[in-house]
Amino acid sequence: MMFDAGILFSSVLNGLTTGAVYALIALGLTLIYGVLHIINFAHGASLMLALYAVYMLKIQFGIDPYLALPIVVPGMFVLGYALQRVIINRASHGKDENILLVTLGISIVMENAALLVFKSDTRTIDTAYTLTTIPIGPAMIALPKLVAFAGALVVSAILLWIVGKTDLGRAIRAVAKEKHGAKLMGIDVDHVYAMSFGIGLACLGAAACFLLPAYYVNPQVGSGFVLVAFTVVVLGGMGSFGGALIGGLLVGVVESLGGLYLGESLGQIGIFVIFIGVLLFRPQGLFGAKA
Amino acid sequence: MNAMLRQLGGIALFVAVVACIPLFTKSGVVLNFVMMALYAALLAQAWNILGGFGGQFSFGHALFFGTGAYIQAMAQLQGGLNPWLALVLAVSGSAAIGLMVGALTFRYGLKGSYFALVTLAFAEVFRILALSVPFTGAGVGLMIPLAESFANMQFASRKGYLYLILGFVSAALLVTWWLKHSRFGAYLQAVRDNEDAARAVGVNPFTVKLGAIGLSSALMGAGGAFYVQVFQYIDPGIAFGPGTSVEALVAAIVGGIGTLWGPVLGAVVLHVLADITRNLFGQLPGINMVIYGVVLVLIVMFLPRGIAGLGATVKSLFSKKGKP
Repeated sequence: MMFDAGILFSSVLNGLTTGAVYALIALGLTLIYGVLHIINFAHGASLMLALYAVYMLKIQFGIDPYLALPIVVPGMFVLGYALQRVIINRASHGKDENILLVTLGISIVMENAALLVFKSDTRTIDTAYTLTTIPIGPAMIALPKLVAFAGALVVSAILLWIVGKTDLGRAIRAVAKEKHGAKLMGIDVDHVYAMSFGIGLACLGAAACFLLPAYYVNPQVGSGFVLVAFTVVVLGGMGSFGGALIGGLLVGVVESLGGLYLGESLGQIGIFVIFIGVLLFRPQGLFGAKA
Repeated sequence: MNAMLRQLGGIALFVAVVACIPLFTKSGVVLNFVMMALYAALLAQAWNILGGFGGQFSFGHALFFGTGAYIQAMAQLQGGLNPWLALVLAVSGSAAIGLMVGALTFRYGLKGSYFALVTLAFAEVFRILALSVPFTGAGVGLMIPLAESFANMQFASRKGYLYLILGFVSAALLVTWWLKHSRFGAYLQAVRDNEDAARAVGVNPFTVKLGAIGLSSALMGAGGAFYVQVFQYIDPGIAFGPGTSVEALVAAIVGGIGTLWGPVLGAVVLHVLADITRNLFGQLPGINMVIYGVVLVLIVMFLPRGIAGLGATVKSLFSKKGKP
């Protein structure tokens, strides 16, 4: 099957805008993995909660999704900090599988609590700019998607700055590399763990604000994202920020082209095939060094 | 030797007691409860063979459940086969898928969290395929026509299904019992506890884990076939969605993994809990799963060995004075 260059171009462009949001979600996941060496299975469900928060702020108080950023991002940070300190940190008993199980349990609770409160309806919001499109070359791109693309890149840059240049970032990197050494240097490891988890979830808060104007929310929306985020993270190499960024954009484009060539439902298979393939044949990721 | 026979006696006693329940009550509610608890126990037992004895935590056991369910339905609808023959196909077909997934993942040494994620991804791939190809009935699903007779594996009352699932559960109990006392089971637990050490003494981790996933997926496939016979319907979400994977895993962990009775215990406890919440809150969507999730978190936090390991956990609390 062949498509003309215009359709292909707009499909790639659309994929890139979605991919930037995937990258932002994956950055949170890879930060948590890189520092705590745990896989946060509740990442998708947490994103779903953030989307509902943005939705409720718009419906109840008329707050525009982009203006909700300063409310939702700190809110998600606090949630993440508390989850790590109160539940996850106490459940590991020194085994990775336990963390996976606890975060799975948390995601089950979150998803079904949302189902209880909001029912299974799919909800969207209306903003003045929802249907606005901007022409780029032969393609028409929805304005919210462009904002999401730019916003995701800006937040990613802020995250990289925090981890790279601030004292907190130095502490995070020290704990990620050698937690016993960091502890001896006077770093409060439990606090750094919780901060990392909080920042990881704060990324989801930002992603939710950028997503909702062009997307929808229902209680299951997170499970779609959770595998995509894992795919991005393993593709880019677990714990690698640059890898997550490029991996996110790549997965967005693959999904978009897969949908174009295989149809909406079958198109998603491309992502899972990449995921299984990378885990089997190149578990260090495309850009990671062999362990 | 003594413990071996005592456990065998325990299994016989359990089967005899459960088999007598229909003699004392004709209540559809009671029989349905026992049947569904046994069905949940079967899924948990299947998960326990790979997760509890093999240490490989699968998040996508619905893959084998769904394969069994679809083979059971398609063999009857499109192959015109008798359900009992279809059952043989369903069990061996799920085992074949299990061996295939196991051969791929274990060959490349996937363990721990990575194994969990990859099984989840496999289940998702199958769910999307079942939604997309015509011979599974796509999103509409497949329906088995009603024809109640023993030859059709369809029963007029819950009693028939109860005996059918009791047969599966006792088979799973015997397999688990065999794992506890056989050389293969010892190899499997050795690989779970320390793969390198097991390899050093001459155990081949790859074949041992492959055997475990084969047994586990075969039993899971039997669960899928049973589901189709009882509800006479299957669709991609029920077959390959995360619900069944979670149910199998939570019941096994709550009961206590790597034990003979843990999965049965966990399934019964969860079903009693589900019944209580249903009576308290009515049929609210999601309330059961909220309870399951909370129980899972609490068990992992405070009772990492499950209900069956309660005694050992308490003992270690007192003996070491440290964390369990």
